[in-house]
Formats: sequence, structure tokens, C-alpha cells
Amino acid sequence: MRLSARLGLGLASVLLCAAIVGGWHLATRFGLVSRAFLPSPERTWLALWRGLTEGDLRRQVLATVERMLLGWVLASLVGIVLGSLIGSSRRARAWIGPSLEFLRPLPASALIPIGIAFFGLSQSMVLAVICFGTLWPMLLATIQGFAALDPQLRDVGRMLGFGRLDTVWKFALPNALPDILAGMRLGLTVALILSVVGEMLAGQQGLGLSILLAARAFRSPDLFAGVILLGAIGYATNLVLAQVELRVLRWRS
Amino acid sequence: MKGLVLPILLVALAEGAARTFGIASDSLAAPSDIAAALAEALADGRLLLWSAQTVASALAGLAIGGGLGLVLGLLVGLSPATGRVLHLPIEFLRPIPSVALLPVALLGFGFGYRLEIAIVAFACFWPVLIIGSAAISGVERRLLEVGRVLRFGPLARIRKIVLPAALPRLFVAFRLAAGVSLIVAVTVEIALNPLGLGYAMMYAQETLRPALMFAVLVWVGLVGWAINALLLTAQRRLFGPAALVNAGP
Repeated sequence: MRLSARLGLGLASVLLCAAIVGGWHLATRFGLVSRAFLPSPERTWLALWRGLTEGDLRRQVLATVERMLLGWVLASLVGIVLGSLIGSSRRARAWIGPSLEFLRPLPASALIPIGIAFFGLSQSMVLAVICFGTLWPMLLATIQGFAALDPQLRDVGRMLGFGRLDTVWKFALPNALPDILAGMRLGLTVALILSVVGEMLAGQQGLGLSILLAARAFRSPDLFAGVILLGAIGYATNLVLAQVELRVLRWRS
Repeated sequence: MKGLVLPILLVALAEGAARTFGIASDSLAAPSDIAAALAEALADGRLLLWSAQTVASALAGLAIGGGLGLVLGLLVGLSPATGRVLHLPIEFLRPIPSVALLPVALLGFGFGYRLEIAIVAFACFWPVLIIGSAAISGVERRLLEVGRVLRFGPLARIRKIVLPAALPRLFVAFRLAAGVSLIVAVTVEIALNPLGLGYAMMYAQETLRPALMFAVLVWVGLVGWAINALLLTAQRRLFGPAALVNAGP
């Protein structure tokens, strides 16, 4: 496609976004949808701006992001270490792998009732659920990455007189990196979802709780502001990880 | 066979610990009690009712969200220009976590099936749109030219050429979306919707019946595993390696 055509279509894409917001404005202006359900874009923007500058929306965002990142980092560390141990040993894979595969389709949110049974409706419950739920995608991806090491590379390592640690560090880990990064990306999505649900259920401060309370009180501008912020968090984290992936995996292309 | 050793060992260990220390707790249950609770809930039909509620919501959401995703995927896949125009709105809407829309859907629909179906549909829309449009844009151009030569209208071209040619990878898209639909349905039920398997787990927890809670958890795992295995087998039988070629995102 020619550059000018591309630019034109990109402009059309921006215009389409503007048209969607315009349609939203008109729909609320002429009362096509009740304002209790759909606030006007102006009032949503105002709620967003006020909440971030003078209200406590900023604190809610920080609480959710902090919870999500803390759980995700812990799960990443445990997932990568455990996954590399299981993945680089054929015996461990044969004994443990099937059990892990069986647990793969289990919804991470199903851990929440168990978390509540053990920890009550507390902050540690939410964090434990995030950690545990995020661990699975990371663990399975790491195992897969380590298992996919070309046996010939293993032989090369043996010829070069590499020990086990050297083989892991110089061959297996770089080889598994794409899988690990993909798992970390999926894990971050899971962590955000579990943070939101956990906050809603346990009444812990954060965006999940604040949008639920806004909906209960029919404060629809606050509700939509919260949803927009959650979308922004998802967008930003994905963008950062995609950039990291590009950097780290540059040697492959 | 080796794969079975670990679970059996763990279950035996848990049973042994429960027998020797005689736990009577609100959060733990012996495997034998869990099995008994599972059998009882299966026998009196409760478990099947809950499963029907969850699976019905998941399927309805999959049909609506996947159907819309397929329609948009056709547009995007057949016309790269449309894809570029829709790019920004898609990029803005896609990262919204499905559960963030729970309160919005709650305002609009109240508790019940419609709430759950709406959230599941939103979640299933994206994988079908993304994988589906890639599958459709990968359809051999010459096949489309054949359709033009035969003077097929646009609908006939889609029905007779595009969909059959992209079918293996469209099946992959719907298989992945089916997994998403079950996960999201259970999540919605756990978060706030009083329906189905997710709510059954929450209710068992709140009424301090850990055996029933773990029994439902095991059942959720079995249902998810069975659906996944069924669809994988169907994919292998129906399409064989055709579904694997370029099946990436």
C-alpha cells in the first residue's frame, strides 16, 4: 500500500474514533439512552479529570496497579524458576507435566473461593489469588520453552564441556525466552482481571471496588471513568511488554 | 501412566493427613469427603443444573460474541483498507478487561443470564476477530479471482469460497474462544452473578461446606478439560494438519 493511502486510512481511523465519541454525545444529548446508564462523554471526561487531579481516583489506580504488579512479579519469579527446573529435566516433565496440563483449562478465578476460605476477605487473599492464578500461564510457558530445546544443542554443549548450569544459561534460557515472555504477557492480563475481581469481592481499595460502588450508586460518569482507566492500564502494560519483547528478542530476527 | 502417580500420591497424602490429624476445618476437606460431596451433588442433579446454567451462558455468549467477531473479521480480512480504518477503535476497546465491564452490564441488565452472556460475548469477540481476520486474509487470492470469474455475488463468494477455505483456522479461533467463554462465565458467577458453577462454589464457601466447594472445583476442572479435549479431537479429526498451518496469532 502506498504511503499516502496509508496516511489517508490512518486519518480515517482517527475520524472514526471522533465519530464514535460524537455519536455517543448525541445519544446522551437527545436522551436515546438513560443518563443513569450512559453518561455523556463530557461528564465522563470531567469525572476522569477531577478524579485524577483532585479526587482519589489516582490512589485507586495506584492501588490496583501495585497489587497487579506485585502479584505478577512474584508469580513470574516462581514460575520461571520452577518452570526451568521442570522443563529442563525430561524425567520431571514426564512425572509432573500431565498434572499441570490437566489444571491448565481451570479458570484462575476459581481459586477465589478457596482463597477466601483460607485468608478471609482480606488483602492477602487478593494477593495470594493473583500470585497463584498468574503462576500457571508463566509456569506452563516456561516448561514448554525449556522442553523445546533442540537436542543437538545439548550435544554441542556436551562437546564444549559445558556443565548443566552453563547449558541452561547459554542455550536453554535464550531458547525459552520467547515462550517465557509470551507467558508473562498472558500472566499480566490474568493478574489485572484477578485484581479487579478480588477487589470487588474483598472490598479492597482499588479500581475494581470503585467501579462497583459507582455502579451501585448510579454514578455512571465515575463508573465509565474507572472502566476507561482499566482499559488504559491494560493498554499501557501490554505496550511496555511488547516493547520489551522487541528489544530482548532482537537477536532472533 | 507416570502422570497419574503424582495426583494419586497427593490425594493419598491428603487423605492420610486428614485421617491422622482429623481436620474439621472450614477451609479444608479430606479427599474422601470431597468425593462423597461430588457424588451426592451429581446424584441429586444439582451439579448438572449448575453446569447447564454455566454452559448455556457460555455458549450463548460464544455464539453472540463469536458471531459478531466473525462478521467483523470477514470485513477486516477481505478488505485491508477497512482493517486500517477500524484499527484505532479496536486498539482502544480490546485492552479493556472483560470484568471491568461487569458493573456496566449490571447497571444495564441486572443480575441473571443477560449480564453473564453480555460479558462472555465481549470476551469471545476479540479472539475470533483477531484470529478470524488473519485466517480470512490468508485465503488464497486466486480462489477469490475464481469467484469473480464465476460472477459470484459478494455473499456467494463468502459462503462458497472464503468460509470453506478459512474453515480450519476459524475452527481454531472458535475453539480458543470456547475456552475463554467457560473461564469468563465462571468468573462472572464468582464475582457477582448468582448462577451456575461459580456461584455454587461461592455459596458452598459462604455456608462453610469446604467439601462441596472443592467438589465443584474438581467438577469445573473436569468440564473445562473435557470440552477442551473434545474440541481438540474434533479439530484433529475434521481438519488434521490443515488447522495447524500458520495457526499462530
